[in-house]
Amino acid sequence: MNGEDFVTFSLTPLLIGSLAALACALPGNFLVLRRQALLGDAISHVVLPGIVLAFLVTGTISTWPMLLGSAAAAVVAVVLIEAIRRFGRIEPGAAMGVVFTAMFAAGILALEQSDTSGVHLDVEHALFGNLESLIWLDATGWASLVDPVALAGLPPELFRISLVTVIIGLCLAVFWRPLAISTFDEGFARTLGLPVRAIGLGIVIVSALAAVAAFDAVGSIIVIAMFICPPAAARLMTNRLGAQVAWSAAFALIAATLGFTLSGSGPAWLGSEHAVSAAGMVGTVAGMILACAALFGPARN
Amino acid sequence: MLRDALTFQLGYNATLVTVAAVLLGIAAGVTGTFLFLRKRALVSDAIAHATLPGIGLAFIALTLSGLDGRHLPGLLAGSAITAMSGLFAVQWLSSRTRLSEDAAIGAVLSAYFSLGIVLLTVIQTMSTGQQAGLESFLLGSTAGMLLSDAILIALGGLLVVALVFLFRRPMSLVSFDPGFASTSGVRLDRIDLTMMGLVLGVTVVGLKVVGLILIVALLIIPPVTARLWTNRVELVVVLSGAFGGIAAWLGASLSASAPDLPTGPLIVLVSFCAFAVSMAFAPRRGLLSSFVRHRRFQTGVHLRQGLLALAQGQPIYEPLTIRLLKARGFARADGMPTREGTIRAARAFRDEKRWEVARATPELELAAALYDGLTQIEDVLTTDQIAEIDRRMGPPEAVQ
Amino acid sequence: MQARLEDVTMRDARELATQDGPLVIRGMTVAYDRKPAVFSVDATFRPGRITGIIGPNGAGKSTLLRAALGIVKPLAGQATFFGTTLSRSRDRVAYVPQRASVDWDFPARVVDVVAQGLYRRLGLLGRFGRDHDDMVKAALERVGMEDFSARQIGQLSGGQQQRVFLARALAQDAMLYLLDEPFAGVDAATERAIIKVLKALRSEGRTVIAVHHDLSTVEEYFDDVLVMNVRKISDGPVGTAFTPEALDTAYGGRLEQGTRDPQKALA
Repeated sequence: MNGEDFVTFSLTPLLIGSLAALACALPGNFLVLRRQALLGDAISHVVLPGIVLAFLVTGTISTWPMLLGSAAAAVVAVVLIEAIRRFGRIEPGAAMGVVFTAMFAAGILALEQSDTSGVHLDVEHALFGNLESLIWLDATGWASLVDPVALAGLPPELFRISLVTVIIGLCLAVFWRPLAISTFDEGFARTLGLPVRAIGLGIVIVSALAAVAAFDAVGSIIVIAMFICPPAAARLMTNRLGAQVAWSAAFALIAATLGFTLSGSGPAWLGSEHAVSAAGMVGTVAGMILACAALFGPARN
Repeated sequence: MLRDALTFQLGYNATLVTVAAVLLGIAAGVTGTFLFLRKRALVSDAIAHATLPGIGLAFIALTLSGLDGRHLPGLLAGSAITAMSGLFAVQWLSSRTRLSEDAAIGAVLSAYFSLGIVLLTVIQTMSTGQQAGLESFLLGSTAGMLLSDAILIALGGLLVVALVFLFRRPMSLVSFDPGFASTSGVRLDRIDLTMMGLVLGVTVVGLKVVGLILIVALLIIPPVTARLWTNRVELVVVLSGAFGGIAAWLGASLSASAPDLPTGPLIVLVSFCAFAVSMAFAPRRGLLSSFVRHRRFQTGVHLRQGLLALAQGQPIYEPLTIRLLKARGFARADGMPTREGTIRAARAFRDEKRWEVARATPELELAAALYDGLTQIEDVLTTDQIAEIDRRMGPPEAVQ
Repeated sequence: MQARLEDVTMRDARELATQDGPLVIRGMTVAYDRKPAVFSVDATFRPGRITGIIGPNGAGKSTLLRAALGIVKPLAGQATFFGTTLSRSRDRVAYVPQRASVDWDFPARVVDVVAQGLYRRLGLLGRFGRDHDDMVKAALERVGMEDFSARQIGQLSGGQQQRVFLARALAQDAMLYLLDEPFAGVDAATERAIIKVLKALRSEGRTVIAVHHDLSTVEEYFDDVLVMNVRKISDGPVGTAFTPEALDTAYGGRLEQGTRDPQKALA
């Protein structure tokens, strides 16, 4: 593949995929450590009804309503789960199962019912994204990177995911200490005066932002692989929190670049001219990284 | 149209699909109960998502060997194989590494699903000259289902229900009290494996009707709904099966009554409606009764604490206690007890003293454990027992 | 009885502000699932003393502490710290939770955990400087754990984990130390090290309150006790409050009743 084709067809999906993986892996560390990995599962499922709702209300696929709708859906889901757990005295896993499946079903039903003709929002796209389609048609080569006209044609998803990744990175850096303390010892955190509940909800909202920003790239289910596989693999590599987060970021980037590359070139090596799903390949690579960490990671048990 | 669907008037195929869905709903509700009581509800999510690569592989294998890739029994067999490997992957990750089961579930379900998506795109590019249509396994599709497929699903559902009936005793024992079950000679690992096998069966049977993403709802929502109504395991099982069956019947009928109404999401949403109503109104665990009972209990505790303080001449600091005492006419505006308040305080004090004696009396120990700060001792002990307590307390000088 | 009732006065809750002991608990009731774990407990803890909260399993000892600290929500009652609310006196209060209440598999080293005690000094982004490093070291030295500072916390013994928790509280440099079962499941050397630290804290004029269940060491370790079993049974100096009658009321043949452990009910 020459430079021109690379910039047009691979650069932006590669960037979007990498940023999406990174944006999910960072909060994913705390989900895994808090034994709330399945909250990532729940959040990524309820992002769909959030997006559909925003779409039904505004009639367009635009960034802010989608982000807001999904964050709202995630908060609603968490509140419902907590209410079922506390008042119904139902164990958290089952409470989650009730809420996210029902919300997901409602999203699918609304999606099937709504007239989506002309707008790019269909069920399959919602389930596993379409990373390959996020290309930069205005690019003519590496020189386009400094060409304002071509830059204006960058896919909007790139800005969305960049913004969200930066926000998540900043949140993590600023709130590192409260996050670490309240994740390790909630009772002690409370006596320090830390808003433990707000921190927990903050992790949920940040995860929802990551999930919705990654939605275009990998859809609402493979995003779980991004939330859980890199942090889980990272946990098996080290016994220090800072190092774990660094490992998870590295694993996320490796999964995204290797997965995207394999999806495009892998079939060609095997003699097929067709590419396979990039998002699927990214998730598969993330799973394989975890399998390797589980077999050989220095801190695996 | 809907009435026709509900009463099985929409033709032979549609009727058979609905019957199959109902059997599936019952099987899922019953099996899911044991899974839920065992606190492993979401393991089924990993199993369900892990079916996708199996479907893809089975299609490829069937096509490569010159058969019809859409042969349902073949696809289901393939899905069962990878689902089982997914289950073992979850168990291996959570027992052999430091990862907890929830992380293992999330990792396995997403990695297997991703692999499945890759295989689906591989299949799309295979030149078989026909639409594979495997996407229908994601969210289920009963439209245009073959008669043989409907029969297969109905039989599968029936088989799972029969197996659950067969294993109901050891499974209830294990899900209710695993510790006791293992000491009384039940092989915990085998029953767990049987349970997971049944979950796997439900999942595989439900793939075509509900789809692999939502099948977990059928395994979780009816048991949780049933649990809100009763504490008895056998009743939860029966209720859950009933809820599952009814939701499947209504959902499948609704779906058949109009185009563009996917079966899976409808069954799930009907199921969730039953849950939402139960969550609001169920006795004991429902939101409404929880709220009322909590308020009543809080008021009772505050009044009791206030009366005891009055009886012992202690100051009361809690504003709510003071407000309640005044509202009930037990205290005047200046905080002094009224005549009624004095009597009530003395009674509460006597009751508290009697409980104290009951606790120190070995033969009344069991009854004494019922103390909750509110129950009157007269409600727990007989008049003779109370007389005995009063005798031990000495003459009731100040009381009355 | 009748005469005493006439003396009853209801004071306004605002008057609590005049009570300025390190910890005053008033009318505390906590219920899990409509079953009181703590019922109407009043207690005033005296400054500069080591007080033990004594009672059988499930007597609500830990729950009382956790409710006072706002970790669990009480049904009724309140706690004041140094004559004011907890939120105004957090810098003066240090809490050592039960060792089993956290997941020791968390990816952190001993120093990382002890440094958590400096959070209120450091804030969100304050730089962790040399002096902070020295405070962590000093706290570790006081509990005899200076050689383990780089150790992963999951690799410590139970006693060592307990000492790390104590060191974290020492780093807080508080005036009131609340410890939840600090001697549960620790080795004899750790038990001696901990009690030595607690007595040193007392000699510095600080107040120590510890939940404790081993009756044989009560007289040796504590100045004051609060004997309770859901309700308060007695309190005051060990000599007057730690009596056979009080223990009889607290334990009175009900030792098997400990199955209803509030800590478990919470989890």
